[in-house]
Amino acid sequence: MAKLPEKRPETLGGYIVHGVPFPVETDPEAMAFLKRMAPLQIEQDYQITYLHSYGQDSPWFAAATQKKLLASRDPESGYTYATPRGHDMYSGAETEWIDITDREAKVHAFTVCHFGSEEFLPDTPFVLALIEYEGVNTLFLTRLMGLDPMAASLDWIGMPVQPKFLRNSKLKPTDVYFIPA
Amino acid sequence: MRPVYALSGGVSKFSKARPDKTFQAIVKEAYDYAISDIGLDFPAFTNIVDGSVASYFSDHFSRQLMAGIMAQDYLGLCPKPSHRVEGGGATGGLCFQEAWKAVASGHMDVCIAYGFETMSHVETWKGNEFIALASDVSWDYPVGGFYSGYYAMMVTRHMKEYGTTVEQMAHVSVKNHINAYYNRYAQKRNRYSVEDVRNAPMVAWPLTRLDICVMSDGAAATILASEEGLKRLEEAGARVARPLVRVTGIGRGTDAMRMADRPHVDYETFLNDYATEQEKSSDDTRKYYKELWDHGTRYPGVHSFRAGRTAGNMAYKHAGIADPLNELDFIELHDAYTSSEIQTYEDLGLCRYGEGGPFAASGKAHMPGIDYGVSLEDQPICPVNPSGGLIACGHPVGATGLMQAVFALWQLQGTVERHFGDPRLQIKDGRRGAIHSHAGTGTYVTVSILESEA
Repeated sequence: MAKLPEKRPETLGGYIVHGVPFPVETDPEAMAFLKRMAPLQIEQDYQITYLHSYGQDSPWFAAATQKKLLASRDPESGYTYATPRGHDMYSGAETEWIDITDREAKVHAFTVCHFGSEEFLPDTPFVLALIEYEGVNTLFLTRLMGLDPMAASLDWIGMPVQPKFLRNSKLKPTDVYFIPA
Repeated sequence: MRPVYALSGGVSKFSKARPDKTFQAIVKEAYDYAISDIGLDFPAFTNIVDGSVASYFSDHFSRQLMAGIMAQDYLGLCPKPSHRVEGGGATGGLCFQEAWKAVASGHMDVCIAYGFETMSHVETWKGNEFIALASDVSWDYPVGGFYSGYYAMMVTRHMKEYGTTVEQMAHVSVKNHINAYYNRYAQKRNRYSVEDVRNAPMVAWPLTRLDICVMSDGAAATILASEEGLKRLEEAGARVARPLVRVTGIGRGTDAMRMADRPHVDYETFLNDYATEQEKSSDDTRKYYKELWDHGTRYPGVHSFRAGRTAGNMAYKHAGIADPLNELDFIELHDAYTSSEIQTYEDLGLCRYGEGGPFAASGKAHMPGIDYGVSLEDQPICPVNPSGGLIACGHPVGATGLMQAVFALWQLQGTVERHFGDPRLQIKDGRRGAIHSHAGTGTYVTVSILESEA
């Protein structure tokens, strides 16, 4: 039988620590002094790739690749969701898909993000907006382009807008964005 | 349900970063304070407490799952029952109510609610990313996930609907920061002016850095007990102040995660399902709302928090409150944004929908006897965030709702001077207060009423 390793290998990666201050003698006085020690802090990485499924919302993303905007509608009441939902909140019934690409749309609310989550910091300043469509009961969150982010104004609310689509779809809700109509 | 008393509480001083201790040891600071404030030692309390509820928001911040049990064992509470609750920014408020339920139901006689968050382990913008992951990762987060942006969108709509101004929002920041000036637990103790707030760096238009709370490391704990639990604690030597403080009402509400999905209901539905009893019974208010609806207002849309109104109505009914502005002596509410404090005035019925902006600048929600450096038309009626709120005290998410409970308890015990080291934030003869805890754009909201038995 081969000799089993008795030592963990020393590596040059990560933290290599030399000479951290520590008392030479571990007498009670030195042990009490350790209560005054500054905390040691190390870096811990955490990175994961998820396989995210759009599930029942998938047709919306397929439509966006063809420059079409879909919405979900309750077949009985006609209650329509600009951001897709597989089932209606009120009836519990499965919704049906409708095409709202050419519906009139306007800005319902907006902001200009001058800071953001780390992932979006390179995009700042950017305009986030909730869009309302004619005959649609709920809103749609999007990026608004073609407006000066340094000249934000409440007058933007109510502004007619129209969708634009990325030529190269990323299969994300940002495949569509809006510009003033 | 049987009576539940809030007996004691503790808060670690909230800070930008606490690398000196792990989260368990920070929880223990708050826990030990709560125990020592009723004169018990650690083993005596351990012997009596029946169990706990743990509160923290995000596993991401500490890269640690099951952190609740790690606090539980550090506190020496194993094998007593416990569970962790999570509901975004409302996590602490939910925790308080879960502890209330444990006692009210008879399942426990003494329950400790503890909560914490250590947000300093990642950079601010990564922290914002973690928080934004508490929005729909299919539809919201990828568009530019940023909670300050979400709340800013809500307030631009509020401004458009009702004429709310950025200066009115700044009044909230000035008030809460100056209140915190007298609270040694607060993370930020600065005196700002309306101009300072508006001249601060813009984060998400129109919200500046001083319209928004900061991230924090911190913990808080509250001891709740039944009459039997109180008796057991006192038999073990606890010194519980009289008059007792009882939790007389709890309420909760929810709303859709995606703001885009919030309904826009008609006038009749609003009046039937959402109006306060006070609003329903007032001819003038019904007329006021009818005119709003005639001009196009719909409810809640993205400008109001239906969950907050639902939680408030439920808690008021439970506690027998008909006129919250005049029947509550103070409110500690979730002011993660100045705008959300204004929106919450309306949700909680301190004023009507649409009147939150003028209410903020009126003085009705300010503390008496404190110089805010601004001209206020009205005398204080119901101080809001006398502690300084989240904007100034900090917002270590899982601890925040419990911090509110502790500060409310101290108000009702009349012990603010002893705990804060300053008497100026003590509300004189305060008998009834509310605490309000709120999660992402109003998805979960809790309201709890605490009342002195004086």
